[in-house]
Amino acid sequence: MTAAPLHLAGERLMLDPAGVLVWPAARLLAVADLHLEKGSAQAARGMLLPPYDSRATLDRLAPLLRRWSPEMVLALGDSFHDKDGPARLGAGEAARIAAIAAAHRLVWIAGNHDPAPPAGLPGEAMEAFTAGPFTFRHEPGAPGPGRGSGGAIEIFGHLHPKAVLASRGGSLRRACFVADTRRVLLPAFGAYTGGLAVTDPAIAGLFRPGARVFLLGQERLFSFPLPARRPA
Amino acid sequence: MLTPEFAAWFAARGWTPRPHQLALLDAARAGESVLLIAPTGGGKTLAGFLPSLVDLAATPAPGLHTLYVSPLKALAVDIARNLMAPVTALGLPIRIETRSGDTPPNRRARQRQDPPQLLLTTPESLALLLSLPDAPRLFAGLARIVIDEVHALAGTKRGDQLALGLARLGTLAPNATRAALSATVAHPAALAAFAGAGRIVTAEGGAAPLLELVLPDGPLSWAGHMGIEAAPTILARLRAARMSIVFVNTRAQAELLFQALWKLNDPMLPIGLHHGSLDPAQRRRVEAAMAEGRLRAVVATASLDLGLDWGAVDQVIQLGAPKGVSRLLQRVGRADHRMDRPSRALLIPANRFEVLECEAAIEAVAEGALDGDPPRPGGRDVLAQHLLGLACAGPFHPDDAYEEVLRAAPYATLTREDFDAVLDYVATGGYALAAYDRHRKLFRDAEGRYHVRSARIAAQHRMNIGTIVEAPMLRVRLASRRGAGPVLGEIEEYFAAQLRPGDSFIFAGRRLAFLRLRETTVEATEAAGPGEPLVPAYEGGRLPLSTHLAARVRALFATPARWAVFPEPVREWLRLQRAASRLPGREGLLVETFPRAGRWYLVAYAFEGRNAHQTLGMLLTRRMARAGFAPLGFVATDYVLGVWSAMQPVGVASLFDQDMLGDDLEAWMAESSMLRRNFRNVAVIAGLTPRQQPGAAHSRRQVTVNTDLIYDVLRKHQPDHVLLRAARDDATSGLIDLGRLAGFLGRIRGRIVHMALSRVSPLAVPVLLEIGRESVRGAATEDALLAELEAELRGA
Repeated sequence: MTAAPLHLAGERLMLDPAGVLVWPAARLLAVADLHLEKGSAQAARGMLLPPYDSRATLDRLAPLLRRWSPEMVLALGDSFHDKDGPARLGAGEAARIAAIAAAHRLVWIAGNHDPAPPAGLPGEAMEAFTAGPFTFRHEPGAPGPGRGSGGAIEIFGHLHPKAVLASRGGSLRRACFVADTRRVLLPAFGAYTGGLAVTDPAIAGLFRPGARVFLLGQERLFSFPLPARRPA
Repeated sequence: MLTPEFAAWFAARGWTPRPHQLALLDAARAGESVLLIAPTGGGKTLAGFLPSLVDLAATPAPGLHTLYVSPLKALAVDIARNLMAPVTALGLPIRIETRSGDTPPNRRARQRQDPPQLLLTTPESLALLLSLPDAPRLFAGLARIVIDEVHALAGTKRGDQLALGLARLGTLAPNATRAALSATVAHPAALAAFAGAGRIVTAEGGAAPLLELVLPDGPLSWAGHMGIEAAPTILARLRAARMSIVFVNTRAQAELLFQALWKLNDPMLPIGLHHGSLDPAQRRRVEAAMAEGRLRAVVATASLDLGLDWGAVDQVIQLGAPKGVSRLLQRVGRADHRMDRPSRALLIPANRFEVLECEAAIEAVAEGALDGDPPRPGGRDVLAQHLLGLACAGPFHPDDAYEEVLRAAPYATLTREDFDAVLDYVATGGYALAAYDRHRKLFRDAEGRYHVRSARIAAQHRMNIGTIVEAPMLRVRLASRRGAGPVLGEIEEYFAAQLRPGDSFIFAGRRLAFLRLRETTVEATEAAGPGEPLVPAYEGGRLPLSTHLAARVRALFATPARWAVFPEPVREWLRLQRAASRLPGREGLLVETFPRAGRWYLVAYAFEGRNAHQTLGMLLTRRMARAGFAPLGFVATDYVLGVWSAMQPVGVASLFDQDMLGDDLEAWMAESSMLRRNFRNVAVIAGLTPRQQPGAAHSRRQVTVNTDLIYDVLRKHQPDHVLLRAARDDATSGLIDLGRLAGFLGRIRGRIVHMALSRVSPLAVPVLLEIGRESVRGAATEDALLAELEAELRGA
């Protein structure tokens, strides 16, 4: 796995092809939209999805924490699919989260699915986290004044970006990062999280011309310009 | 014998009752169920209904008397209209109504309160009726069940659903007799078992059809399956006939041929187009125009294989190889629907290999040798849907339900263990981790009976009954300056995703330019100016070559004495092959390897159909990669598999060892997109991811959770889950055709002939031409494609 560097405001961020963002200088790892316990949330609506999604999501996160050994782990909101999710978490999964909180500084950023911090689980709760030029939050806010000023560059999730490309082998769709000089959008990390096309105005409208998408691959990222917005 | 008033009705129309019509009348009187095998045009439907009409004429009674089930909604409507003729003429007190998803809710409600004597419906609507609490009352007096086109249902998931419904009716109305109506088939006994018929009646055969091989003018194609170069030849034949159907094998081919014909159509013959992606209203218009004799020809896919007579068709043309003998016969039977005159049909091959296939098919038809596989065991996903429906109708005990299910032929060998696993899935999801006790769909009472947990679950189930899972489709709407135009039909979402504004594509017989995607609708305008249009791609349009026909093609290759039937270019091609290499044998496997333009090619003449070849290609390339041959890609046709590699493949015979179906298969299945597609269908049918939710907007966009993601999680954490097994079972017989591949690897063991050639052989030329048209997908291949795109953009 080869992570790709992204230079913003004099800082170097690393985009990991597994779908997390790392800021090595700050020893910080950010992961968006874990949507833990989405399976059991759907079960209440009559869809008995396999109850292994939290386990699968944590299984994928574990090697990333080992590889980057960050000091701080930032979960960028929608960490749980609903407010009762933490209570439904299996004992094994709850213990694994506790272990993450013991080994790292674990921060739960509030999301629209989980506005309150997860009950009964360790970790700090925040609305947003600002350090250096970056503000980490769940949803994008009003655009900042531009590069340079403290916390003006937003790093967020919420939108589950996915890129669709036409190739000679048919269309390809992959989760992706989207970035320009003011914003970095992370892919959703949860096992059951689908995607929204980056051409959707909800995503495309956030980025300036020249923005790029980075599609997640098995070994590395694939970088493309964000398609220009279609005239409405 | 017929009662006097019916005899008079027959006589008044100048008809004589046919022996099979009388035989069915006798059988019904004796309380026997019958499978009637008759060619189209044999008065089959009337034979099925005659006992009901006679019975109701003698003893009129209210309440549901006869249930008719057909695979096509439209067929039910037409049959209802045709039955009105004797009912009106004889003044019978009989109400005939149809019921399908299109029937308005108020009429459906009235049909439950006050059912007609004759109800004409589909397997899906029957399943819905059976899930209602008043099903026992509704069907208690049922006397007769008529199943039409049963050969088209047996062996499919719709057939599984129908068989389970029939088993249920066997409990609710044990005295109802059945008549199953079928075209000529290879396995009549299996079909009779499917229908629960104790007797088979075969109508006297009509004259044998006359088939003729016709080659397009000009040189004979080496490759390609479209056969569009035959358009001038076809047009000349259309001018010489009164009314023709031109059958093709895929929707894309139908679109291309329709365009090509109209480009040449100076005499302005009225030619129509008919395929399954066109808007239903448009299809009905084409059918009506045929029935009224306003068309001279229709270009059609399998969408016209079934159904009523569409007017006085006097010529059938099959463009492209027929792929199976039974199917060819059914298509040919569309011409001259009269049993005393032979049907006439032309076969036009699209390439040289297809010349052999067409000749093999013509021989098989002359010998009356049909093909078709015996029905496969029923799907677990369909059983899951049925069991939930059963609970929606009322509480049931699993012992009773198991016994009833065993009476459905596709489930006759189902073990109690498998039954219990499916029932557990329906109740709780069937997970090793017992997480969903609170959310279970079924609960058990003290007597061990299963109840549905809530009215909401029953409502959701009823909204999702059915076993046809379409690929996600988008409507195509013609946009005009004045606003929205008519809907033309539907194209697959993945095709639409590739379109950029301005791209032109062929659809519904028009050249369209893509304008924009608006929610679930593709908006397009009529394309102006030149430019190479894309043809809408449809998945699953192509049927693979049948095993039976493949064996005949191999036999033709291996017997030079029989080559006289071929046109000279084909004979010369085969002679050259014999001199340069060898001919494929009747039983073994011929494999050729040769270098060309810096690559090595391996061509295996397996003749097992493209689905099995596709799977073989996946497995073979993995094995070649491990052996260090660096395979670069492969192409699968119905006849051969071609693989190209950077290194020379050696030890070729051992590459085809049977153990390739072991570990390699497991590893490949993990990322096979075909298995994912199977799982998606299984998840929808079994109700894991319902298409419709009560209270949600009517939009397929609402399908909540991506089944690929569920598949990945389930495969990792509970690989023996009942739905994964169901998906694998489907794969065995369906898209990856494992069953056929396993039989093939057994057959060729010890009989592989490897020819190491210095250059391409004559038979391999068509394969080389196919290369580049097909593609292989897996995560690794996708990454390679992404890398290619990325590099292109960087260079640009």
